[in-house]
Amino acid sequence: MSAAAEEPLGFFTDSSICIGCKACEVACKEWNHVPVADIRYLNSSYDNTGGLGANNWRHVAFIEKKTDTGVAWLMNSDVCKHCAEAACLDVCPTGAIFRTEFDTVVVQPDVCNGCGYCIPACPFGVLERREGQAEQPATNGVAQKCTLCYDRLKIGYEPACAQACPTKSIQFGPREELHQRAARRLEQLHDEGRDEARLYLADGSDNGIGGAGAFFLLLDRPSAYRLPENPVVPTRRLKEMWSAAGAAAGLLLAGLVVAALGAGKK
Amino acid sequence: MSQEPAAGYYSRPVLKEPVWKAEIPVYFFLGGLAGAAAGLGFMARLGSNRVLARRALAASALAILACPPLLISDLGRPERFLNMLRVLKPTSPMSIGTWTLSAFSASVMGAAASEFLGLLRPLGRLAEAMAALLGLPLTTYTAVLIADTSIPAWHLARRELPFVFAGSAAASAGGVTAALTPGAEAAAARRLAVFGGMTELLAVGVMEHRLGDFGRPYREGGVARLATGAKAAIAAGTVLMAFGGRRRAAAAAAAVLLAGGSLAERFAVVGAGRESARSTVGEATVQGQPT
Repeated sequence: MSAAAEEPLGFFTDSSICIGCKACEVACKEWNHVPVADIRYLNSSYDNTGGLGANNWRHVAFIEKKTDTGVAWLMNSDVCKHCAEAACLDVCPTGAIFRTEFDTVVVQPDVCNGCGYCIPACPFGVLERREGQAEQPATNGVAQKCTLCYDRLKIGYEPACAQACPTKSIQFGPREELHQRAARRLEQLHDEGRDEARLYLADGSDNGIGGAGAFFLLLDRPSAYRLPENPVVPTRRLKEMWSAAGAAAGLLLAGLVVAALGAGKK
Repeated sequence: MSQEPAAGYYSRPVLKEPVWKAEIPVYFFLGGLAGAAAGLGFMARLGSNRVLARRALAASALAILACPPLLISDLGRPERFLNMLRVLKPTSPMSIGTWTLSAFSASVMGAAASEFLGLLRPLGRLAEAMAALLGLPLTTYTAVLIADTSIPAWHLARRELPFVFAGSAAASAGGVTAALTPGAEAAAARRLAVFGGMTELLAVGVMEHRLGDFGRPYREGGVARLATGAKAAIAAGTVLMAFGGRRRAAAAAAAVLLAGGSLAERFAVVGAGRESARSTVGEATVQGQPT
């Protein structure tokens, strides 16, 4: 982790005031030239993009949940978590994925060669390779995801999705301040008797991903929103993996030696 | 909306499927074969078995020659393959692997050129030793590469996968080299093949058992049929090589079984990863400590 030259910035997405309008998805597409693709009738809810991907850098999950009194609508605008221990960044063999001065994680589309390693590495299923988008030829075959509007941060603007959000469900700012805001909001909801409210990746602690640059207030279990429960970056166990590989290579060497030594007696 | 809610978010998987195509399991197979064959050739050289050393070196060089084109063709932007060499990143098994493969290829091709063209023999011997050494990580880094992902069937098999791949490499390298070499000179290759076949079968068994529920792709569906076929072929090839391998025809048949089985096993492992990604619905993901 490079020492951030600037204050770490991030998102706090408060799903309790999300109205599912998808202005964030549209603003993101407008600003970042994200192609309008993969939009279909999913026959599940008002969701018609399904999840995050190369062409959806914000995704509004829309859940119709049966309750005792009827149906509850749960909406949440999902986004790249900008992990402090980003698996995508660690496994990237070209250095195309880098950490910015704002402590966010960005793919350089002109460096990425589309090896695809970041895609299964991400514990949230965020990254995807963009394919077949005629209007964006420069990014075809390249891994794509939210940049936390790196270009806008550079000139002191807030990210497009946060600016477009009409209810301030998507809040942008210094992470320190957002953590406090999230804690206050949780307390307020609990005081109102909304015990189902919970924070996701928002306590500023390790979280299995070293801490998140985008965190959430949810009204149901994370898995209901297509978020992993207790996510952990695979890269944490790299030493263990290399140890196993070393042991296996040692066994192969032993096999080679024994095979060669035994060769005298045919 | 009156039915029971589906698992997770409308049964949609949390993870994205890997985009790697058939080139990748084929590379895993050929890279493993080349790595173990280089080691076999070097050991034969130390034991003054010139015939076996030459055949093993040839097998290694031919196998590795096919690898860069395979890897490049699988990229989303093949014209940028050289970007793989713009950094050396210890946190990325693919970066470590690219550099290992590059150094290994240069060593094997140098050793083969020296051996078969009769040029700079001392340098060729040095390259042969280098290739033998680099062949060891070349056969196992690919296991680290896929284990270092969030795919349950890969990540949760991180302790067994390197042994599966090392065994597979030894089985295929030993088998192919034994088939290429006159029986009297091929004892070391046969032994390596038998050792590799047994190692692979044992490691695969332990891996599938330890994966528990996450090992379902190995028990049901197309991947399971492939994995079962792979195990049968490896077992048959191992037995045939152990008891009939001195005869050239039997060695050739055993080599086909061992190499075919090892290749099928690589496809099964990669296919299991794809199915495993698809099954990460609801809470069926790799989980860390609750926070």
